[in-house]
Amino acid sequence: MKIGVVTFPGSLDDVDAQRAVRLAGAEPVALWHGDHDLKGVDAVILPGGFSYGDYLRCGAIARFAPVMTEVVEGANKGMPVLGICNGFQILCESHLLPGALIRNDHRTFVCRDQELVVENAGTAWTRAYEQGQQITVPLKNGEGGFVADAETLDRLEGEGRVVVRYVGANPNGSLRDIAGVTNERGNVVGLMPHPEHAVEDLCGPGTDGLGFFASAVQALAAV
Amino acid sequence: MTDAAAPTTRQLDTVEVATGTPERELPWSELGLKADEYDRIREILGRRPTGAELAMYSVMWSEHCSYKSSKVHLKKFGELSQETPRGRTLAGIGENAGVIDIGQGYAVTFKVESHNHPSYVEPYQGAATGVGGIVRDILAMGARPVAVMDPLRFGPLDAEDTARVLPGIVAGVGGYGNCLGLPNIGGEVVFDETYLGNPLVNALCVGVLRHEDLHLAHATGVGNKVVLYGARTGGDGIGGVSVLASETFDADGPAKRPSVQVGDPFMEKLLIECTLELFRAGVVNGIQDLGGAGLSCATSELASAGDGGMHVELDTVPLRDSSLSPEEILMSESQERMMAVVEPAHLDGFMAICEKWDVEAVVVGEVTDTGRLVIDWHGETVVDVPPRSVAHDGPTYERPYARPDWQDALQADVAEALARPATGDELRTQLLDVLASPNQADKSWVTDQYDRYVQGNTVMSQPDDGGVVRIDPETNLGVAVATDCNGRFAKLDPYAGAQLALAEAYRNVAVTGGEPLAVTDCLNFGSPEDPAVMWQFEQATHGLKDGCAELGIPVTGGNVSFYNQTGDVAILPTPVVGVLGVVDDVRLRVRSGFAAADEHVLLLGETREELSGSAWAGVVHDHLGGMPPAIDLAAEKALGALLRAAIEAGLLTSAHDLSDGGLAIALAESVIRNGVGAHVELDDPFVELFSESASRAVVTVREDQHEAFMTLAEQHGVVVSSIGRTGGDALEVAGSFSVPAAELEQRWRATLPAVLGHTIPGAIGTTAVQG
Repeated sequence: MKIGVVTFPGSLDDVDAQRAVRLAGAEPVALWHGDHDLKGVDAVILPGGFSYGDYLRCGAIARFAPVMTEVVEGANKGMPVLGICNGFQILCESHLLPGALIRNDHRTFVCRDQELVVENAGTAWTRAYEQGQQITVPLKNGEGGFVADAETLDRLEGEGRVVVRYVGANPNGSLRDIAGVTNERGNVVGLMPHPEHAVEDLCGPGTDGLGFFASAVQALAAV
Repeated sequence: MTDAAAPTTRQLDTVEVATGTPERELPWSELGLKADEYDRIREILGRRPTGAELAMYSVMWSEHCSYKSSKVHLKKFGELSQETPRGRTLAGIGENAGVIDIGQGYAVTFKVESHNHPSYVEPYQGAATGVGGIVRDILAMGARPVAVMDPLRFGPLDAEDTARVLPGIVAGVGGYGNCLGLPNIGGEVVFDETYLGNPLVNALCVGVLRHEDLHLAHATGVGNKVVLYGARTGGDGIGGVSVLASETFDADGPAKRPSVQVGDPFMEKLLIECTLELFRAGVVNGIQDLGGAGLSCATSELASAGDGGMHVELDTVPLRDSSLSPEEILMSESQERMMAVVEPAHLDGFMAICEKWDVEAVVVGEVTDTGRLVIDWHGETVVDVPPRSVAHDGPTYERPYARPDWQDALQADVAEALARPATGDELRTQLLDVLASPNQADKSWVTDQYDRYVQGNTVMSQPDDGGVVRIDPETNLGVAVATDCNGRFAKLDPYAGAQLALAEAYRNVAVTGGEPLAVTDCLNFGSPEDPAVMWQFEQATHGLKDGCAELGIPVTGGNVSFYNQTGDVAILPTPVVGVLGVVDDVRLRVRSGFAAADEHVLLLGETREELSGSAWAGVVHDHLGGMPPAIDLAAEKALGALLRAAIEAGLLTSAHDLSDGGLAIALAESVIRNGVGAHVELDDPFVELFSESASRAVVTVREDQHEAFMTLAEQHGVVVSSIGRTGGDALEVAGSFSVPAAELEQRWRATLPAVLGHTIPGAIGTTAVQG
């Protein structure tokens, strides 16, 4: 089972995502932004970072990277795709997910261990969790405020497409405390928190994040 | 010059013109050169310098680049043995950064530098480019940067100018480092009124390499190409050279350049990945980053360290601003640039890798054996100098130094004579006041703006005493780093103060389980033209050197920052010391919070009645006077060896060094971390809580391991006091007072947000407790 991790210029957490994939029992495959080639992977992760420096809107340039043609095509056919932080922003810019991510309401970068509640344990990336399970994974972002119009938010809530929500104080001004959403089919998930930093007891606040990667392994095994 | 008669076309000041117009006046004084220095340049060249040559000499002979006031004192670090406890250093002082063998074929390189003045002028960019500069130093050694740390110092927390500089500096450190993907694993945030108007921004970077990948800054091999790659050269950071431009050129030319550089961390990230791939491909002969003094520094240093000659065609340098003059291009401090020496056969491979990473690269010259650095501008020679004379033969000053006449009175005004708390309640109040004082309070307002997780190898970071990163996930080899300095101690006695800084950083590495191997220093002082400041500097360097000799660890590099003063008032002498250690198995890490109830709380080391310079004296009495705590480096070494042995044997459940605020703060922080309380019994609670005697730590040990630990401590000759037990949800001092953990935490956390604002509304500290 192969899970690809795309490296864009300015990607930072690509190596971490590869480690998480390995720890979840799959084979990580490095994908290059400039190649029209997914190298036969079964799923794709768009990692965190500052693609192209995020000097325009976050993710706005990365969505035009050559590899995104194949990622969008695969996603539309049901391939599991996970976007973390900058990857979430890229998925929104690519219109694979609704909404947008804007500057934190307190205007500063925030790095903290964040409590989350899993609202939808049915997606390709969350099925290893229990519905309503509370987990702690690091959150680190400058532009992590999830926004969408009220109608879209209502639809997301109604269709169970809010995947994870912040517990306690809202860390970035995200509407309705939304930390992650999915598409209608449940194969594409965007997360602002960083589960790849919670896969080893030694180097993070525990292993609560491993479930996202284990979920994809389960989902792919079930196909 | 707005004079209508001013020439409207620029005349290029070539070597030929300079030879033919020996009497033309140049603005050497405006560029910061002294008359005798200018005379020496004329003597070296046998003629007057061209404008471009003058630009190079003036910037390379500046205090910042030439260390002209400090050189005679820094020389003594070179006398230290270059052996670390794990073998000989692979590169030492004089290279971009020192390189240390940590075993298993790995080496690490680390260095701390200052970016103080730019950060005062423009806090965000000053701090950001400070991070960028030190990262490129590490990269230039062939190492992958793996962590950064930032010792920061500000004026009083509630001062108006602190509100201007602090948020910008913190955002700049975070904005740049976060975008590079480097975990920020520690540092310091210190407030003192002498830093008002003189904030200190020191930046440390650690990098890792395999032994065989070590790259030094040499331009060797006649005919090899000199490649400039990275960002384009712009008008930023030019500062003083605009004087030259306005003297030489017409009024419509470029003028008034911003003197603080502007950073582009995205470009730096590309530069890191591109450079590491260039190393892996084996297409680089020599390399140098462009930092202070830009191309002037890179060309002269590379050439003088190599075969002695270089020919550069300056008009091939890619520019952001096409109107820049040769003088400005040579002095520009535009960030995110590197210079490499490449064999012609490797040039295509080199260029292909740069193209892959979208990094612009241009051949700007080649290595020669002429012994001259020759720089042409559109075919005409504007620089023709012996490169060594620019890079290494700058002036050396034996600045006068003298123990200030106020030093005796300061040392006589001891804090041991100050009024002490009379009751347990008063002691309780004072403990909370010290805990909530800006220097002891929670710093997560700052550190939450830094990414400490990226790269997935951060084993320890704030609020632990030192930072630890894993180097090899297979073998669990890691490195520990700590930076420390108590400027109050250094003011009372700069020699002892430097040694106390060294001892504290050494202890903070030992308390993580690391074996200290090497030292880097960032020596922040006032004006070297003041004999009292120069005395502080002489004493501090002397103390540091003697301390390193006794501890058996070399100084592998560092930086000096002078002129940190406003009017006659210099900053506290601030010799920041960074110690790097190796951790053989990072899985054994022991953290600083009490872990569970019913464990022994043990105080290691001797406590004496030492209150002068203490946090208690400062917070409760606004007092600074007396002699700093006695320093016993043999005891420090023994304590370090005991901590390491106990951690390796798995005997400790928590460990925390004692420093500012003494046992009081160590206990409070240990309770706050996990909400596990403690009951302690002290003979003289006030002295034992607030004394800042050196070489101490507090550890917890389980009942079943108590005997084994006591035996180990005896073997190491370390005094152990059993002061109590963990448990409950309060810090209880028998017969004196009790404070609930929640109250400790509330006071500790509230201070910075109360002044700087809450970043996350309503969120009180969910962040400092990691794991």
